[in-house]
Amino acid sequence: MPTVGVKRDLLFTALGRTYTDEEFDELCFEYGLELDEITSEKEIISREQGGSKASGASDVILYKIDVPANRYDLLCLEGLVRGLQVFMNKMEAPRYRRVRPVSGEPQRLVITKETAAVRPHAVAAVLRNITFTQERYDSFIELQDKLHQNVCRKRSLVAIGTHDLDTISGPFTYTAKPPGEISFKPLNQTKEYTATQLMSLYKTDSHLKHFLHIIEDKPVYPVIYDSNGVVLSMPPIINGDHSKISLETKNVFIECTATDVTKAKIVLDMMVTMFSEYCAQPFTVEEAEVVYPDGKTCKYPELAYRKEKLSSEFINRKVGINESTETLARLLTKMCLRSEVTGAGDEIEVEIPPTRSDVIHACDIMEDAAMAFGFNNIPYTTPLTYTVAHQLPVNKLTELLRQELAAAGFTEALTFALCSKEDIADKLGKKISETRAVHIANPKTAEFQVARTTLLPGLLKTVAANRKMPLPLKLFEISDVVLKDETKDVGARNSRRFCAVYYNKSPGFEVIHGLLDRTMQLLEEKSARGDGYHIQAAEGKKGGGGGWHFRACRNSLNR
Amino acid sequence: MTSCWSVQLISAELRSSKHWELSGEGTEIAEQGSHEARVFGSIPPQGLTQSDLMKLSFGKIGFSKAMSSKWIRVDKAHEGGPRVFRTVESIEDQVREKLLLVQRGNSSQLEEKEKNELKKRKLLSEVTVKSYWITKGSSFSTTITKQETELTPEMIASGSWKEKKFKPYNFQAMGVAPDCGHMHPLMKVRTQFRQIFLEMGFTEMPTNNFIESSFWNFDSLFQPQQHPARDQHDTFFLSDPALAHDFPQDYLERVKKVHSEGGYGSQGYKYAWKVEEAQKNILRTHTTAVSARMLYKLAQQEKFTPVKYFSIDRVFRNETLDATHLAEFHQIEGVVADRGLTLGDLMGILHAFFTKLGITKLRFKPAYNPYTEPSMEVFSYHEGLKKWVEVGNSGVFRPEMLLPMGLPEDVSVIAWGLSLERPTMIKYGINNIRELVGHKVNLQMVYDSPVCRLES
Repeated sequence: MPTVGVKRDLLFTALGRTYTDEEFDELCFEYGLELDEITSEKEIISREQGGSKASGASDVILYKIDVPANRYDLLCLEGLVRGLQVFMNKMEAPRYRRVRPVSGEPQRLVITKETAAVRPHAVAAVLRNITFTQERYDSFIELQDKLHQNVCRKRSLVAIGTHDLDTISGPFTYTAKPPGEISFKPLNQTKEYTATQLMSLYKTDSHLKHFLHIIEDKPVYPVIYDSNGVVLSMPPIINGDHSKISLETKNVFIECTATDVTKAKIVLDMMVTMFSEYCAQPFTVEEAEVVYPDGKTCKYPELAYRKEKLSSEFINRKVGINESTETLARLLTKMCLRSEVTGAGDEIEVEIPPTRSDVIHACDIMEDAAMAFGFNNIPYTTPLTYTVAHQLPVNKLTELLRQELAAAGFTEALTFALCSKEDIADKLGKKISETRAVHIANPKTAEFQVARTTLLPGLLKTVAANRKMPLPLKLFEISDVVLKDETKDVGARNSRRFCAVYYNKSPGFEVIHGLLDRTMQLLEEKSARGDGYHIQAAEGKKGGGGGWHFRACRNSLNR
Repeated sequence: MTSCWSVQLISAELRSSKHWELSGEGTEIAEQGSHEARVFGSIPPQGLTQSDLMKLSFGKIGFSKAMSSKWIRVDKAHEGGPRVFRTVESIEDQVREKLLLVQRGNSSQLEEKEKNELKKRKLLSEVTVKSYWITKGSSFSTTITKQETELTPEMIASGSWKEKKFKPYNFQAMGVAPDCGHMHPLMKVRTQFRQIFLEMGFTEMPTNNFIESSFWNFDSLFQPQQHPARDQHDTFFLSDPALAHDFPQDYLERVKKVHSEGGYGSQGYKYAWKVEEAQKNILRTHTTAVSARMLYKLAQQEKFTPVKYFSIDRVFRNETLDATHLAEFHQIEGVVADRGLTLGDLMGILHAFFTKLGITKLRFKPAYNPYTEPSMEVFSYHEGLKKWVEVGNSGVFRPEMLLPMGLPEDVSVIAWGLSLERPTMIKYGINNIRELVGHKVNLQMVYDSPVCRLES
């Protein structure tokens, strides 16, 4: 779950009242948020780096709020406040509008065909006559970061660039060039670098090094120029220093470059809906025109309001309540989904704003209605579904056997299904290629290289970890191993195995032999060649720990 | 005495008393005076060289004490070496006085502080005397009969047991521990949960397949291919066998469409869905993948029948490990598919399920899962911690998941899940998951763990 950190007092000022921690926690619970932590900058630094580093850090109380992963409109203070105020009926949801420039042509962003090879899509918009304070500026930067982390999938899908429009002049060109041909002074640097030099420079930057791989090996890197050749940015890595935003910036040019155009539009919409609050004409966004390589043009931001019709009967039926159409329309409006009774039966027309890209089906609307009604106000009912239960036969048999084995004096172990290649091969005197094991592509350590093909290594490791315990150790496990199987759709299957181990100063093979006999007795298998089970010595191999190897042959255990 | 006492030949009362006694050194001082007084006494009017003084047996200890009491002084610059002189005419040997008091039995005249000081100097010690006052017991006799410890077959055969006295059984000690096997606590809890589901009429799903394709684990559940959970960091991908085959082709096409274009009343995610992503084999991240397979199978039936399914089995996550998280753990899942199920029904069934665990106070919080809408986190009130704690996750499966399978439109599927390890660790008071699961298990804990009664 993404976490948003907001200054408590700023939050309360914006909400128009103060809350106790408990009251705010309650409000969060109802709205689907979680007040995860109450802390301060000083406390955070103290905890992470030690008390001495924390002196001089801010004491201001911070609320860390967990937000559902699909609510991009709640990732900043502005969005949280707006959502909560509408939820509490303190205000109406604002109406976001795309407007034409007061005079002249809209800003243009021209995409050239070279970008197709690396990062084909781009959208743009302008925030006109905006006023920043330090807090608003911090929030502006923070939201970009959060969006980059979440919906932008760490900038790989979308990257946001924000620029002081008064320092640059359009039309802007979004193109892609070989790294050696790109040269500019990036943000927070004092001299110019080529793109190639920047890739090496940022290899040690703790923040930026994670994004280099997105374009590093490409023949061309994306870059945005203004009409005078000034570099706005080299997405998704870094913006140019020339067009950087400051507290004095009045006009902002926002561009989003992307590999997923749907996400780019959502991200742009989020940025402008959240911060157009601070424009001279609040909640208006000046359009920008994007020109594609084939000459087609498109105006952004989309700021689309989508309408969907559903019946109050649908909502009542799915939730299990019985509210009037008017009440439901009111409840939905509280969730920023402005709704009206159309008059056609129990039909409600719901308007889904651009901030609610998470609403893609009527069931999303229905959930919001239930949230506004209050989940804990819904009466419990018991489903009348009549069914007779069946157990999975192999599980049933396992349960029966486990108890008998414990009665026979053995203790149950529960070992890991993942292990190293050595565990199932070398240590048992086998070659890994003979084991039919399933291999894992991205193990973090050797312990996760393969899925076990036998329960024996796990039990032996359990003995090793517990060898100081009083002897003898008598352990068993009935669980699944994994084997390759071409007849299955995924190419592998589980196989239920039973394994037992006896550990003492003397090997006690007869104990294990006795346990095997007991198990066969419980499964009604006679000790007889042919029509029962028998034991024979295995050829050749000796186990790593010495001792005998045997194979117990028996007829089917498939009961 | 103890054996006489135990058969009530005598009765004994334990009394203890304390008194102060002089140590050996203390006795010496009581007779000859303290070291420091003797030092004082051995210095003639013209003084004594320090080296000579130190040669005396009481010299070393006495010197420093006499100095600190200011009875003597040292002239370091004196010719012939440092010389010790008296500073006062006469002294009172208080230490000797106090010790004499104790010797005479008048230790009560001294304050505790004074006695403890002398104790520190090892001149006094506090002695406890335990004494038994013995009187005749209820079975007093002047002859002692030997007591038998055990009845033997010979005694029974000969009838001699009638005249024997038997030693009473010692109930204070522990008995002989039976030589038994034990079941693993996590499996004991699993058995109980399994029992609860069976009692509620839920059928066990075939979850014996750890390897799953991304298609069933993610795509069929309407989890988009760009979702973070499908990352290398969170999921174990396979290198061999790397890809799955044999998907129900028309179903796959419908899944592709609902992701990339929408349909079934949905806007969809509007991204380019790739079959190569769906083919990637993984270690399943949840047993919901099996629920998806079962629901698809249900949808292929001629006629829809309502079902209740459950599973308790292993899942795998490639996340950061810590004291409460491992790469593999067990997930408990319950699923109900029927016509017209409501959110209220989901709450009702959760209530019934958790009541069987002894949890009756529940609260629901709106949450988010890619494949359920509405989704709810389930909280219960913990009397000990005095707060609400999360006990599970639940939701109603999305139409984008159910309709492409072919389930009728009026069929709702509700589901919920929780981990098996968490309630087990709480029930058995285990803080580190590695002591419970895996080879580093605390075997003593396994031997000693009680039966699993979930409702208490």
